[in-house]
Amino acid sequence: MKSIETNKSNVSGFFSRLVRRQIFIPIAALLLLAVFNLVTDPSFYKITFGYNSAGNPVLSGYLMTILDSGSELAILAIGMTLVTAATGGQDISVGAAIAISGSVILRVLCGTNSRPETLQAPIIVAFLVACIVAMLFGAFNGVLVAYFRIQPMVATLILFTAGRPIAAWINNNELPIINEPSFGYFGGFIPGIPVPTPFFIAVACMIIIALVLRFTNLGLYTQAVGINESSSRLNGLNPAFIKFLTFVILGLCVAVAGLIKVSRFSTINYSVIAKDIEMDAILAVALGGNALSGGKFNMAASILGAYVIQFLTTTLYKFNVQSDALPAYKAIVVIVLVVLSAPIVREWLSGVWKKIRPEGHGKEVA
Amino acid sequence: MKEKAVLEMKNIHKSFPGVRALQGVDFTLCEGEIHALMGENGAGKSTLIKVLTGVYGKDEGEIFLKGKDKAVAIHSPQDAQRLGISTVYQEITLCPNLSVAENMFIGRTSGVCQNWKKMNTDADRILQSLDIPAKAAQQLASCSIAVQQMIAIARAVDMDCKVLILDEPTSSLDEQEVEKLFRLMRDLRARGVGIIFVTHFLDQVYEVCDKITVLRDGKLVGEYEIKDLPRVKLVSKMLGKELDDMSDIKGESKPYDKDDQSAPVFEAKGLVSNAGIKPFNFYIKKGEVNGFTGLLGSGRSECVRAIFGADRVLGGTVKMDGKEIKIGKPLDAMKNGIAYLPEDRKVDGIVGDLSVRENIILALQVLKGFLKPFTKAEANKFAEDYIKLLGIKTASADTPIKSLSGGNQQKAILARWLLTDPKYLILDEPTRGIDIGTKIDIQKLVLKLASEGMSVTFISSETDEMLRTCSRLVVMRDRKVVGELSGEELSQSMIMSTIAGGDK
Repeated sequence: MKSIETNKSNVSGFFSRLVRRQIFIPIAALLLLAVFNLVTDPSFYKITFGYNSAGNPVLSGYLMTILDSGSELAILAIGMTLVTAATGGQDISVGAAIAISGSVILRVLCGTNSRPETLQAPIIVAFLVACIVAMLFGAFNGVLVAYFRIQPMVATLILFTAGRPIAAWINNNELPIINEPSFGYFGGFIPGIPVPTPFFIAVACMIIIALVLRFTNLGLYTQAVGINESSSRLNGLNPAFIKFLTFVILGLCVAVAGLIKVSRFSTINYSVIAKDIEMDAILAVALGGNALSGGKFNMAASILGAYVIQFLTTTLYKFNVQSDALPAYKAIVVIVLVVLSAPIVREWLSGVWKKIRPEGHGKEVA
Repeated sequence: MKEKAVLEMKNIHKSFPGVRALQGVDFTLCEGEIHALMGENGAGKSTLIKVLTGVYGKDEGEIFLKGKDKAVAIHSPQDAQRLGISTVYQEITLCPNLSVAENMFIGRTSGVCQNWKKMNTDADRILQSLDIPAKAAQQLASCSIAVQQMIAIARAVDMDCKVLILDEPTSSLDEQEVEKLFRLMRDLRARGVGIIFVTHFLDQVYEVCDKITVLRDGKLVGEYEIKDLPRVKLVSKMLGKELDDMSDIKGESKPYDKDDQSAPVFEAKGLVSNAGIKPFNFYIKKGEVNGFTGLLGSGRSECVRAIFGADRVLGGTVKMDGKEIKIGKPLDAMKNGIAYLPEDRKVDGIVGDLSVRENIILALQVLKGFLKPFTKAEANKFAEDYIKLLGIKTASADTPIKSLSGGNQQKAILARWLLTDPKYLILDEPTRGIDIGTKIDIQKLVLKLASEGMSVTFISSETDEMLRTCSRLVVMRDRKVVGELSGEELSQSMIMSTIAGGDK
């Protein structure tokens, strides 16, 4: 009897500790969506093994779609989390920047001819050029925010507006198409591997950021600058440079996401590619329970937040919600999630839990 | 009510949790007088002003105004304004992107429509009558700070105010601008406005005021005619030390050796920063504890900030161990073994949401470098060691520092700098707002560190604390170094008379 009691209080103690943990928010949201799908239609979780049109073995199903399509968002969430932490603001130009870096990749691969028979440059070269370009645009945003002290949203509004025209200009407003099948591997499947490549790329990015946060002081510095800039400066940090750095890192994330995006279609549509992805990236940070006003952050929670958003999108698609109407449904769910994750509500919830707990406990003893 | 009095505050009490900010304070303001409200930091000046302007409610006491037979109730700043009490704060509280006229009339028009032409001519008339060099249609931001200050006053005056409160209006003005402001104040005095003038500049009090009311520790010390209260007396009233019974506190610090020929650890010549201090010379020797003293706003914090590179250094040379170095930013100072505990713990010291451990290791971590983070075990050891050594009361090293008490936050910041093992430690008001036990701990620690060979500069608003710990004091007044005291000269009376600027 006694052991059961302690066990019980351990469980509820664990629960109320979890409620107060930051990562609880995206986990709870994910569980909510998972249970909803399980109740309405368990076939949501079915994964089938088959062959795609190219004859490669592939796993398919809604879960695979989430892992596949959520990759770009998860990668962007990494950079967006850092920018948010250090500057207390967000970069709204990432969608436009993806268009630019995607356009750069195609331009380098195609050379002067927009429909080349063979690639004019190795893919790795094209990707590295895109990295440099995206980081330069990130640096541009970073300079405006960190050194000219322009509000991040206003500073990145410039590129938000100008980015897609720049992307179109890079390819003379033509729509290059890549016929080389190996280019499609990054956004599709590598022959013989049934799991989509974007998932592996996202995991690689997660491992890299985990290592960076573990083996450098990036986390400590960005948080310190975001919490108290003045104090950070007096501790020898250079707040402006750290803010600048976060934008450059986000630029790198943009280049990776850009590669996946153009590889998915082997072509580009300047006005549609990665449209509104900046808002989802910001939302991922918020859903991760990170304060959009900067300061402390939890990277794992942000990344999880990204997959929650993709989970939600995929769920809505499954219910045949028209893609035009999708944002409205999404907004409703987001409102609920954000309100639930607000500190006030969480305090209240954990208070309610505390009230319930002793009653249940009493009954058990009786 | 006294004849000619426009304002009488009687027996005002106000408490905050744990602090009795005002205890039975009386204050009387007559029409056509400029009345200085003086007191050290925390004496209750601003609380009294805020009670008067309705920002805080009072616990006890009554406020009388001329023309009202009963005590008035002031519940909000709007109430105060309606009763003719206007305040001009240190920071301009106008809207810089609106025009001068709009600023003067904002929030005061009745009805929906606004006669812009009439507003502008009205504003011009007022500006002219007060001799303020501004045009009604001009954008406020295009005026100098002094003129903006005057426009704020004009706005107050035009609202038919009988009591005008000027809260540190001169702290961001230069001498000529201050002169202009004083001319305006005298002009208003002649019109019968009662002015309450809060300032830290003694010279200005003696230049423009008629009466002085001194507060100390939330209590009224007294009200004096300016001619009855020479500077030294004023300073002693503010500090709460009577000149006669100034039995000098015996310092526990080792006496300053004038004949010591050893080279200073740190030396600055003609150092000047963008914080508005005059160039100053300064040095400190190994194992010495010295201090900057002076009233608040005298520039003592700005001096040490210049040494640490916290403000932008505009000129001067700096030597460490006899070698000339360049300090352009805090990191330069840190690399040369200088540590600085800032005056404002909340704004410049703690990184609130980070844990005690992260706060403690922060400075050393920055010195060690971006690519070399401490392992969790190392960081924990540093934190645990210093939590034990300084007796920091915290639930754990993981607790966010903002949830600690002020004294324990301060100890954690001190730990942060001790961890860097500095040669020269600067402590700016390390004991402000913390309990007496922690205060004594910190004083003892300073003396112990010095005996181990560290050089320490100690700044405190409490003179006896300075006398206990420092063997040499640099005295500042009005952002200038005006004297240096050591050995026999170290006494309350000497400090006060040096601060006051001789017996003028």
